[in-house]
Amino acid sequence: MPFEESGPDTERFGYGAEEALLRQQARKFLDEHAGLATLRRLVGDHEAVYERGELPAYDAEAWRKCVELGWPLLAVPESCGGLGARMVAVAALVEEVGRHAFPSPLIATLMSSLVLRQAHSPEANRWLGRIAEGTTLALAIGDRSGGWDLDASEVRAARRGAEVVLDGTAYAVQDAFKVDGFLVAAHTDEGLCLVVVERGARGLEVVRDHIFDLTRDQGHLTLSGVRVAKDAVVVAPRSGLHVLERAWPGVLTVVSADLVGASEWQLQTTVEYAKVRKQFDRTIGFFQAVKHPLVDAMIEIDLARSHLYDAACCIDVDPAHAEQPARMAKAAASDAARVMSKHSVQLHGGIGFTWECDVHLFFKRNQHNAALYGDGVHQRRKLAAAILGPAGN
Amino acid sequence: MEQALSPEQIEFQHYARRWLAENMPKAPDFELPSSPIEVATLEQKDYLQSWQRRCYEARLVGCSYPTAYGGWGMPGCQSIANRELARARAPFLLNLIALNMAAPTILKHGSEEQKRRFLPGCLSGDEIWCQGFSEPGAGSDLASAQTSCERQGDDWVVNGHKLWTSLGHYASWMILIARSSRDDKYRGLTYFICPVANTPGVTVRPLIKMTGARGFNEILLEDVRIPDTLRLGAVGEGWTVAMTTLTHERGAAEGAGGGSGTTDPTERLIAHVRRMQRDGMSAAEDPVTRDQLMKLVIRSRGMQLNARRARVAELCDHPLRLPLQSKLLTSELLQDVARLGAELSGGLGQLAPLDGSAPDGGYWSREYMNSFGFTIAAGTSEIQRNILGERVLGLEKSK
Repeated sequence: MPFEESGPDTERFGYGAEEALLRQQARKFLDEHAGLATLRRLVGDHEAVYERGELPAYDAEAWRKCVELGWPLLAVPESCGGLGARMVAVAALVEEVGRHAFPSPLIATLMSSLVLRQAHSPEANRWLGRIAEGTTLALAIGDRSGGWDLDASEVRAARRGAEVVLDGTAYAVQDAFKVDGFLVAAHTDEGLCLVVVERGARGLEVVRDHIFDLTRDQGHLTLSGVRVAKDAVVVAPRSGLHVLERAWPGVLTVVSADLVGASEWQLQTTVEYAKVRKQFDRTIGFFQAVKHPLVDAMIEIDLARSHLYDAACCIDVDPAHAEQPARMAKAAASDAARVMSKHSVQLHGGIGFTWECDVHLFFKRNQHNAALYGDGVHQRRKLAAAILGPAGN
Repeated sequence: MEQALSPEQIEFQHYARRWLAENMPKAPDFELPSSPIEVATLEQKDYLQSWQRRCYEARLVGCSYPTAYGGWGMPGCQSIANRELARARAPFLLNLIALNMAAPTILKHGSEEQKRRFLPGCLSGDEIWCQGFSEPGAGSDLASAQTSCERQGDDWVVNGHKLWTSLGHYASWMILIARSSRDDKYRGLTYFICPVANTPGVTVRPLIKMTGARGFNEILLEDVRIPDTLRLGAVGEGWTVAMTTLTHERGAAEGAGGGSGTTDPTERLIAHVRRMQRDGMSAAEDPVTRDQLMKLVIRSRGMQLNARRARVAELCDHPLRLPLQSKLLTSELLQDVARLGAELSGGLGQLAPLDGSAPDGGYWSREYMNSFGFTIAAGTSEIQRNILGERVLGLEKSK
């Protein structure tokens, strides 16, 4: 008799000793190299990033060490020189990254490798191999509306001899100023394809978006007659949308993990403050008006975290059915992050409203990630369509 | 870290699943209450009592209790049996207060004689139990109980007023806390096993719920004589003993309210949404309804996943963090599900069960009202949030 729902993989979400060790190492590394003081030094200089509008910095040396630790290789299959780790391992790592609001090209690159590994083409495998060697990539698939339809790209690709020519603009490119290249979604007469464009390509301009979040950067790409070799087309026309759809649960899971980790930092930090800050001769955590919102936020974070591991586990063991768990995870994590972010500022009181207090760094990262690739409303709309059929007008 | 099942436990799981497949009782031709603590008629009670008896004889109840006390001496098997009972959507076990509160308390604090006398009836369901903790002046602040007990020779004489005693009208026994001293709020309490049926001085009166239905009771105690041999724990140690009961009660309340392991309450809601109209369109097509419904579906699924995650210690920062949330989450989900169901029924939602044209038999509005039983009983939602804030987050106690 089969006992499908109590198999060892799903029962523990596939989380075993290796995954626990990875998380432990990640936390230790980030505590050491990416603590709050470092974060503030890199991105919190008001004069630089606000008055002069400079791009917030990141620690390239720490990133080099991350590459040595193999983090960008996690989602690269072993056949391409990567580690082929379980998605639940990726989720655990990204949770720690979120908990430290760590600025780096890691998340963009993990997402790109999740898309590339769905392509199953020699061209895509070549780029997976390059990621395994330390190359970083970011997805360039967004349109100007800020929506998240996977086929809304405003870039067109046309064959010209042995080359492919790209024109148009790709929006909402995450960490565009940290990566070596871009995985661009482009329309052709036969449908959507995916093309790698390297930074420095002639006709490519990376334009900065000024965003609130200081722990990453964002840009849009303008492509004017950018010519790439045919083998830069890593997913052929007609397959592009399908590949993005198959990769999407993984992409949503990565953002969810970042949200859960950053929200847990907000919870712990706000709780610590409520234990020491005194008003009316009591620590403010004594008052139920402070205590209960913190409990409510914890509950939302925990639901999101359980959804997160379910989504990751489903990608590992039953990828054909991973979309719903991943959308549930992103909905739960986005909403939890918004609730927690609100309380993190409010319950810190006046100091929480200042630049000097760390909570704004996580507040902004969480607002950004909550919206990125679809907030709770967006995910629930997709889920409702899958569960209930089409909506009326 | 969760232990893998032993070969014996795997065999037991196979056995339980097979037995349930072959022995599920026929659905009764009357409606069963939504939880075992709301049993209101004799036919409901008889049906559920005989089902518990059959489950007990099939070794699905009392698995981990020693055979000397009427159990089956199979450690680790009760959670397997519970999971299989939920999976089979079996009717619930009637003697909920005995199984989840009285029995674990007697096992921990009872004398050898008490264990031999009372545990078998708890497990088989032959003796029904109720709980005598709450009083008119002692709700969330349970330790302020005023029911008095006074030692007279080999007996105690008890006087007081207990409330919200579910199953009291069918109960043989009641777990009772009473005040043996007024000098100390907490150390002035003593814990008893109190006879209920056919006992001089004990009056069980039905309380009518806001829905109009019966389901629980108040119990008046007037010069009730309890022999000292029915005292559980030392004189003045009643609060400590009661803590054992309350710790188990949270799990019981969760079971009574559905939640992890039992039927997902959003399944019935989805079916209801598909049937109802909203401003001239199917409620299933209404974007607002769809969003509200998906929120509850995601929440309900998240609670099931919380139960799974709670068994993986490395994925829980604090061992009590998830277990202490489950009563609060379950009861509030039931309330939100029922409320949405009632709202979706529109004007027809105000038709009561007595009206033949009420959608879904008036189920949703009635269940919305009933849901407050779960958000208030076994520690109100407000008390649950205090407990979580203090025991898990470590915030200063709000006394």
